[in-house]
Amino acid sequence: MRVVVPSPLRSYTGPRPVEAEGATLASALADLDRRYPGIRFRMIDEQDRVRPHIRFFVNGEQVFDLDVPLHPGDELQIVQALSGG
Amino acid sequence: MPVQDSRTPGRRKSSPGRVVLLVATRKGAWLFHGDGARRTWRVDGPHFLGHVVNHVVLDPRDRRTLLAAAKTGHLGPTVFRSSDLGRSWNEARRPPAFPKAAQGAPGRAVDHTFWLTPGHASEPGTWYAGTSPHGLFRSSDGGETWDPVPGLNDDPTYRAWMGGPQDGTPDGPKLHSIVVDPRDAARLYVGMSSGGVHQSRDRGATWSPLVKGLQVVEDLDPSNVTFHDPHCVRLCPSNPDRLYQQNHCGIYRLDLPSETWVRIGRNMPKRVGDIGFPLVVHPRDPDTAWVFPMDGTSVWPRTSPGGKAAAYVTHDAGRTWRRLDRGLPQEQAWWTVKRQAMTGDSREPVGLYVGTTSGELWASRDEGERWSCVARHLPEIYALEIGERA
Repeated sequence: MRVVVPSPLRSYTGPRPVEAEGATLASALADLDRRYPGIRFRMIDEQDRVRPHIRFFVNGEQVFDLDVPLHPGDELQIVQALSGG
Repeated sequence: MPVQDSRTPGRRKSSPGRVVLLVATRKGAWLFHGDGARRTWRVDGPHFLGHVVNHVVLDPRDRRTLLAAAKTGHLGPTVFRSSDLGRSWNEARRPPAFPKAAQGAPGRAVDHTFWLTPGHASEPGTWYAGTSPHGLFRSSDGGETWDPVPGLNDDPTYRAWMGGPQDGTPDGPKLHSIVVDPRDAARLYVGMSSGGVHQSRDRGATWSPLVKGLQVVEDLDPSNVTFHDPHCVRLCPSNPDRLYQQNHCGIYRLDLPSETWVRIGRNMPKRVGDIGFPLVVHPRDPDTAWVFPMDGTSVWPRTSPGGKAAAYVTHDAGRTWRRLDRGLPQEQAWWTVKRQAMTGDSREPVGLYVGTTSGELWASRDEGERWSCVARHLPEIYALEIGERA
């Protein structure tokens, strides 16, 4: 599936959308980490909790559960709530 | 690090090596390379612009490996490693992280790595990391992978003393001041804000508190380790049985085998007090140490007292203190020097360096007698370390 990566994570992937495979969001993120080592831990903590400013959208719908099923052809968009000062 | 007989601290000739200042800030890291005389500085940076960098440390065992503890406001924490003095960086393959908790149990997650300490000279590749929330981690492969130290992190008594993520500093609890005895790789010290000072004699397998003699705020019970808030603990390399500490409640000295701290800050001028964050020890004279006091009155502004910036030095193990402010601003200097933002080199005379919350970098080539500004307009400086090159 196509994965759209936000700018803070493009140091791992480069500027263009990337590909990942997996039957669930969790497995897709694991596959993404195999392709781009270290990227998952920047989004998901060691207790498998999504970090506070990370959001996932599948085909434009926000998902909150890492076990949500994914299908070939889905688009996964990773969004960062940019804030600060 | 050389260990000399504490009774004859002696004076070595100036090292011919150059020094590099490793500046960690709220928005990136900078390296300032000094010339041989430490008069001019070449800036290299920013590195990791926009990342929160809590600590950058040069490995004194090879003098070229740098480790940097970083995160951004939006991404999880990690550690970066450079083996060419910052020309290129690689991310740790497994950064410091707590073990996955059992199903249904609340698990801890590292918010940020706050402190990095190279291991003993006999253990090349070994590093220690302190995190927020409180956690001690060790790497045996030069910072590539990190493992928790369960003897501290998972001990039930220590878990109680550590409290939760809501305890500690406004930016979370911090495990800091990881000290390795230069005589013995198994002997470790750590500080926890809050949570006290602790020692291990078996490389972190077991720990015991080292808080006797320390005061705590208000009328709280000093026998409760939770209430103790060490800001910075330093061991004297020329006498590893002597430790100094800048605490939330004063400046202290400990001379082992005694395990009772002595408050030496009572001898500071009353109008200045003995509250602060950092403390620096002399590399060769265990009777000499420097502090940088801050205002710890009323609501704790944590700025230079009266807006007049100054370091203070003792040359007699804390019996007397002398003000060192020549060159530093003596009006409207409302900044703070954080606990890891003051350091010294091992040259003769010792160079002292201070990084401020207002993004200024100050240096003294003569043990604090005269200060000059090396850089302004940096982001808030979180940590300042010295790297000494061959």
